[in-house]
Amino acid sequence: MKYTVIENRPLNATVLSMWLSGDTSAFRRPGQFVQVYVPGFYLRRPISVCEWTEGRLRLVYKPVGPGTEKLAAFKPGDDLDLLPGLGNGFDASLLGCHPLLVGGGVGLPPLLGLCRQLLAERRLPSVLAGFAGEDDVFLLDDFEALGVPVTVTTQDGSRGLQGLVTNALPRLDFDSLAACGPIPMMKALRNTAGQVPQLYSLEERMGCGFGACMGCTVQTAGGPARVCKEGPVFRGEELMWS
Amino acid sequence: MTDLSVRLGSLTLRNPLIPASGTFGFGQEFLPWYDLDLLGAISFKGTTAEARFGNPTPRIAECPAGMLNSVGLQNPGVDHVIAEELPALRRVFHGPIIANISGFSIEEYVRCAEKLTREEQVEILEINISCPNVRHGGMAFGTDPSAAAAVTRAVREVATKPVYMKLSPNVTDIVSIARACEDAGADGLSLINTLLGMRIDLKRRRPVLANSVGGYSGPGIFPVALRMVWQVTGAVSVPVIGMGGISTAWDVLEMLMAGAKAVQIGAANLVDPMACPHILESLPAEMEKLGIRSLSEITRV
Ligand SMILES: Cc1cc2nc3c(=O)[nH]c(=O)nc-3n(C[C@H](O)[C@H](O)[C@H](O)COP(=O)(O)OP(=O)(O)OC[C@H]3O[C@@H](n4cnc5c(N)ncnc54)[C@H](O)[C@@H]3O)c2cc1C
Ligand SMILES: Cc1cc2nc3c(=O)[nH]c(=O)nc-3n(C[C@H](O)[C@H](O)[C@H](O)COP(=O)(O)O)c2cc1C
Ligand code: FES
Repeated sequence: MKYTVIENRPLNATVLSMWLSGDTSAFRRPGQFVQVYVPGFYLRRPISVCEWTEGRLRLVYKPVGPGTEKLAAFKPGDDLDLLPGLGNGFDASLLGCHPLLVGGGVGLPPLLGLCRQLLAERRLPSVLAGFAGEDDVFLLDDFEALGVPVTVTTQDGSRGLQGLVTNALPRLDFDSLAACGPIPMMKALRNTAGQVPQLYSLEERMGCGFGACMGCTVQTAGGPARVCKEGPVFRGEELMWS
Repeated sequence: MTDLSVRLGSLTLRNPLIPASGTFGFGQEFLPWYDLDLLGAISFKGTTAEARFGNPTPRIAECPAGMLNSVGLQNPGVDHVIAEELPALRRVFHGPIIANISGFSIEEYVRCAEKLTREEQVEILEINISCPNVRHGGMAFGTDPSAAAAVTRAVREVATKPVYMKLSPNVTDIVSIARACEDAGADGLSLINTLLGMRIDLKRRRPVLANSVGGYSGPGIFPVALRMVWQVTGAVSVPVIGMGGISTAWDVLEMLMAGAKAVQIGAANLVDPMACPHILESLPAEMEKLGIRSLSEITRV
């Protein structure tokens, strides 16, 4: 499906924000993703939808290889072919009144859309964001503009609390948790967050992104599950980590 | 008016386009995009006697002009396929279904074939003796003429539907395997399956795939597939379904001119869920340009 770039600008030295216009009717939940066709590359690139409004959607992404680097070169007015509305997204009904949204690095973007939805439902989310250092920080102004409490950790201590997101958990009050970020971060959360309802968004290399190839299957308590279809968001108790 | 219908033995297909096994699930994932009844037939995901999880992830690696997969025959097992997937597919697709069967022993192939041959809408049994992603069995049967013949004979004995053997390109002489299958009673052949390949993650200094190696498919393999289909159709008289890298109407016409009677579309479905309808839409115009009125008039070059 065709989308037109409205804006594609850096948020810091390593992360960009892209707004696109086009049909957003396929999006039902925050945490869903799109498959981006990048000209010159055979497979599409999965990118979470950071937020969307009618007719507009936003991707926040970090160039890490040739495909996402090429994406960074797109200019307003350029067209991109996306498969929209993929995956299950966050089921906010599984979260409580005081959810904690935990993002590590480029795991943060889909939590912005989730945060908006929770606020619209008159819940009181707070945010915990982990970065490597101050230079890697992004998207916090968007959360702050929503008026939600934001706690930051950096591994080098250059901003907020020093260490990993789990170091900040004891200080925070929450009745449920939604997380997206590196697997080690999410495993550590799972081990320290206790009994509250938890949602985790996973990544896998994808062939199709819409359930046809079985390329992204992980084992869960309920049996094999496709990260692109039954996921990317799984309940804590579904995941066979430990 | 152009005539897109083709004949596969005694079976007539409304057009030659068949989504390839493993790239189309059991059809459901494509319903948001199009009406499956426009397809010539559907080959469903490779089915084994018992449910299989498959290989660990990563199972997918990108290549220039294609992809590697090491899915490893993840499927819910033949009984579940018959109880759940086939009835669901039947509700949304009314054309011929090709049952793709895999096994780790001749007995397993036979067990699956016995069950699937009884399913009304299954018109062809496609016996995959070429999966590169599983140890023991799979491709082992497809790389040796006498093993390929043994599977063919055993399945042919229990099948009440045409048996198509799906051949591996990972052999020195595909013609000898094709002939062995034909001599053992195969009613047709499907080729090619994926080419064994590998990618390495430079930063991590490790293979990209957890399984280290996987099957290469997509446009990059088209010339190899075309060559093999042409060689095989020159040596056997049973119908051949050609596949490997097809993504345009031109590719379809080339494959038919290489001697195939119908074609399967694999990886193209994954990167563009509308690949089959797009190809179908452009076929008549491309045929007209070439002065081809009917696909069944195309003969092997
Ligand atoms: C559901 C989901 C949501 C995502 N959301 C975001 C997001 O919002 N922002 C963001 O910056 N990144 C996100 N990613 C990661 C993003 O898909 C990869 O960074 C991107 O595919 C890398 O492509 P490349 O060509 O730059 O890198 P290369 O390493 O050259 O890519 C080679 C191949 O590997 C695949 N690949 C590489 N890294 C990943 C990865 N981490 N996950 C899945 N496939 C990968 C590529 O898609 C491609 O097929 C998400 C991944 C998934 C699965
Ligand atoms: C993800 C994936 C899964 C596959 N699974 C099967 C399978 O279960 N059985 C089978 O016979 N072939 C399987 N194949 C092979 C395809 O059916 C086809 O033979 C091959 O991919 C070449 O065609 P293509 O280049 O158009 O993809 C699979 C291919 C892919 C890409
Ligand atoms: S990427 Fe194809 S099934 Fe998930």
